[in-house]
Amino acid sequence: MERSLFRYITRFSLRDQVILTLMAAASFPFLYFSYDVPKTIVNQAIAPKQPFRSMDIGFGIVLEQYSYLFFMCGVFLALVLINQGFKYCINVYKGRTAERMLRRMRFELYGRVLRFPLPTFRHMSQGEIIPMVVGEVEPLGGFVGEAFALPAFQGGTLLTILGFLVWQDWRMAVAAVMLYPFQFWLIPKIQRRIRMLSKERTRRVRRLSDRIGETVAGVQEIHAHDTARYFLAGFAQQLNDMFELRFRIYNLKFLIKLLNNFIQQLGPFFFYSIGGYLVINGELEIGTLVAAIAAHKDLAAPWKELLAYYEMQQDAAVKYEQIVSQFDPSGMRDADSQIKEPDGLPQLVGELQAANLVLKDDHDHPVLDGVSIRLPLDKHVALVGPAGGGRDELALLLARLLDPDRGQITAGELEFAKLPQAVTGRRIAFVGQNPYIFAGSIADNLYFGLMHRPVAERKYQGQAANERRRYVQEAQRSGNVDFDLKADWIDHESAGAADREELQVQALRVLDLVGMGEDVYQFGLRGTIDPGQRGDLADAMLRARLRLRERLADPALAPLVEAFDRDRFNDNASVAENLLFGSPVGDAFNLDRLAEHPYVLQVLERVSLVEPFLQAGFQVGSTMVELFSGLPPDHELFQQFSFIAADDLPETQALLQRADRNALAGLALEDRKRLMSLPFKLVQARHRLGVIDEALKAKILAARHAFAAELPTQLKGAIEFFDAQRYNAAANLQDNILFGKVAYGQAEAQERAGRLLREVIDDLGLRRQVAEVGLGFQVGIAATRLGSQQRIKLALARAVMKRPDLLVLSEATAALDPASQQHLLDGLLTEFAGRGVIWSAHRADMANRFELVLVLQKGKVVEQGSFAELNQENTRLHALLNAA
Amino acid sequence: MSLNEEVELLRSIPLFAKLELSKLKLLAFTSERLTFAEGQNLFRQGDMGDAAYVIIDGGADIIIASPTGPLVVAQVGKNAFIGEIAILCDVPRTATVKATKRLETLKISKDLFFRLVREFPEMAVEIMRELARRVDQMNVQLREANAKLARAGG
Repeated sequence: MERSLFRYITRFSLRDQVILTLMAAASFPFLYFSYDVPKTIVNQAIAPKQPFRSMDIGFGIVLEQYSYLFFMCGVFLALVLINQGFKYCINVYKGRTAERMLRRMRFELYGRVLRFPLPTFRHMSQGEIIPMVVGEVEPLGGFVGEAFALPAFQGGTLLTILGFLVWQDWRMAVAAVMLYPFQFWLIPKIQRRIRMLSKERTRRVRRLSDRIGETVAGVQEIHAHDTARYFLAGFAQQLNDMFELRFRIYNLKFLIKLLNNFIQQLGPFFFYSIGGYLVINGELEIGTLVAAIAAHKDLAAPWKELLAYYEMQQDAAVKYEQIVSQFDPSGMRDADSQIKEPDGLPQLVGELQAANLVLKDDHDHPVLDGVSIRLPLDKHVALVGPAGGGRDELALLLARLLDPDRGQITAGELEFAKLPQAVTGRRIAFVGQNPYIFAGSIADNLYFGLMHRPVAERKYQGQAANERRRYVQEAQRSGNVDFDLKADWIDHESAGAADREELQVQALRVLDLVGMGEDVYQFGLRGTIDPGQRGDLADAMLRARLRLRERLADPALAPLVEAFDRDRFNDNASVAENLLFGSPVGDAFNLDRLAEHPYVLQVLERVSLVEPFLQAGFQVGSTMVELFSGLPPDHELFQQFSFIAADDLPETQALLQRADRNALAGLALEDRKRLMSLPFKLVQARHRLGVIDEALKAKILAARHAFAAELPTQLKGAIEFFDAQRYNAAANLQDNILFGKVAYGQAEAQERAGRLLREVIDDLGLRRQVAEVGLGFQVGIAATRLGSQQRIKLALARAVMKRPDLLVLSEATAALDPASQQHLLDGLLTEFAGRGVIWSAHRADMANRFELVLVLQKGKVVEQGSFAELNQENTRLHALLNAA
Repeated sequence: MSLNEEVELLRSIPLFAKLELSKLKLLAFTSERLTFAEGQNLFRQGDMGDAAYVIIDGGADIIIASPTGPLVVAQVGKNAFIGEIAILCDVPRTATVKATKRLETLKISKDLFFRLVREFPEMAVEIMRELARRVDQMNVQLREANAKLARAGG
């Protein structure tokens, strides 16, 4: 990036700047006349020295006084319009230039972040980078728009007005600007102080966001060690420092404002005194004085703008240099190696050779010290050695994620240092100890390693084509890439799949390979589909539902699931579920707060269930009070079992006392709602409170029917009723197949129902389809919805998916349990038979499965050979094996 | 069966007999009513224990693995309280319990059981009393067995 802001601006926006300056210059004559015309109006049309006769305005048109006055006013109005028009055009153009430059700068900075050598991120935290790219460049963009246009326009305006004043009377002009030199001398001095303070402030803001980031990241530690006070104190200290800084800045800022305003007000003082004297003496026309005062008033604005510009320019230049210096670490890869698609993508074949590799840490201490190795790219290699011995760094170098300080790496004929990322990133896969999983679905993450570039252009037509063209144009104008984000980015061919369908098959196979197939199948069972798009799958689920029903006819299995039946009360579902008899869609019906819904209340009223529900609520409430009132409010039993939150218990108690069982009808509306909400949560088979008898069940059934029959049109979309013949889009696959409730009170009902479900799905050959739905499972931000083991497995699957020539693993499986580790090791080595694997292993005994073993210690390769060769008395490997 | 009936049932078990009514109700409400089919295991010898069971209805065999194969050492029926040893002293199940006919139980989870014991010392006292009674009973049995052995040997 250019070292100075002005060079950056002229390089990327010179044309725009010239146009802006020209526009400004073109506006000045009109501006001048807009000051001149009022004078003419006063002096010649309104109060001429000689009695007005007639005025010749050219083209042989002669006007009498009134017409002349209105003509001149018309001219004035036209000038005002023209001036404002100029201002509008200049502002819009300026804004556009500024936004383009801002876009360019942000893009450049973000692109640079992507090309930083990895060790940079050890010194530079998110908290520093984010505010720079997001916030700090913002004013720079604003400045770019003004860089030339503002001094040209405002300076020109100032000179025009000044010229006008001189033309009127030079003494007044001098009086008006007498103090400007003083201002120009003093104010930058104060401003420099402010700038220094602002710089300090920027630094502190960065540190503040750093601090917040650290707090969030380490919040567990803070709780675990009770150091919240220390952190609060630290934060308060930082806030105080910022407050003090800010306060000093304010003081100086308002001092400047005071000076400026005062000096500005001196102008009228001179006009009235000197100008007034001259008018009285008849040396000056009153119209001229009026025009001069008006002009001087307008002088204030450009002058202020110029001073502000001066301040802004200094500020922007410093800020720019500050940011640029941060974004220019040494060893940065160049942009072309990342963005340009090379003509051919050579395979990595032959031997991976490293010659005399040296890698140094921050203290210039060698982590790898003269490593020279030759690794066949069709063999499996284990790197073992003590932690810190350099094997992880070597793995990073061989994956080309780090560049060596000295020495070079070649793969066959290809020199690593010269290979574009398109080659290394597709031919090599790397998985470290803490792989990152991006927010999105499982599939998004699996296909992440296939998204190198848009593989198929997307065709646009009509309006969309125009929009796309405009998008490309704008992107190019700001130096952005113009790849189409909506195009198909997933390169299934590099995964060895002919189309999307095959890719999915491949994905499921790889997930099985890493031992995540079952998890994804389970995600699928709990996933939903849109039957409009996946009609086939919805139908298949209905078939599964039928098959399950057949299986449940077996008396041994029958008690496991209680199916939904429109005409029967479901003992294993809550009263709320029984009443709705469907899955809520959206927020209109909330199963937990059904008693508050006006339509539900209306239905209860109609089937005269209000009174029974009040009674039931009273009974439930009394039981809860009886059961739980002896417990301390933070007791776990409350959370697990009580229908009433601990905090609400005393209130409920009072309510129950108010509501003498016979006087329920007399309760206030709020109290009634509270009581009525209680029975909704009852599950007959589970709670056994004896509140729901047959009569009540019959009434609830009646309510269910009434609810469905009279559902108002605007609520029709808010619920999907259970229907044995239809797929329920609002419920997940599992619930759709079960079409009922797993029974309470049956030993191992959940497990047995799960097994039954699996048998049905396997019988119908639906396992793959279910797993495919599981691929759509959203993993959440930073994959928080996955377990740590699942995250690692997914990362490994992601690496396998793109079929690299070389797979580099750095303790990738260290966090897995031994069984999964073994399973993975077997699976991966089989999968990569004939392809290169380099595995930096945290346990030396893993090495016996590799064809070649390198032992690294203190940055040097101390032994290499096959496991059998090395596993002898007195070898380092032997020592490592025994140490474990 | 409703909660109140379960409470009555719990009451007839010595361990719970002296507990206050409201505590029994809480116990019944917070424990799970579980049905086992004939031949189904409540738990297996060697499993880690996570719950104890009160038999509401039906019957079960208590089976211990022996060198000669599974050995039915006892039969339990209505009102029996089983499986408490494993949850009291954190040892694996000392026997397998298998339903001999349809079995209705009240499953009291380990967490819940301990919470109740901690919450209500009277229950702890009851448990101590019950355990002491069993130790005493076993001592008696041991004496008898020894006497038998002595007679057989002598």
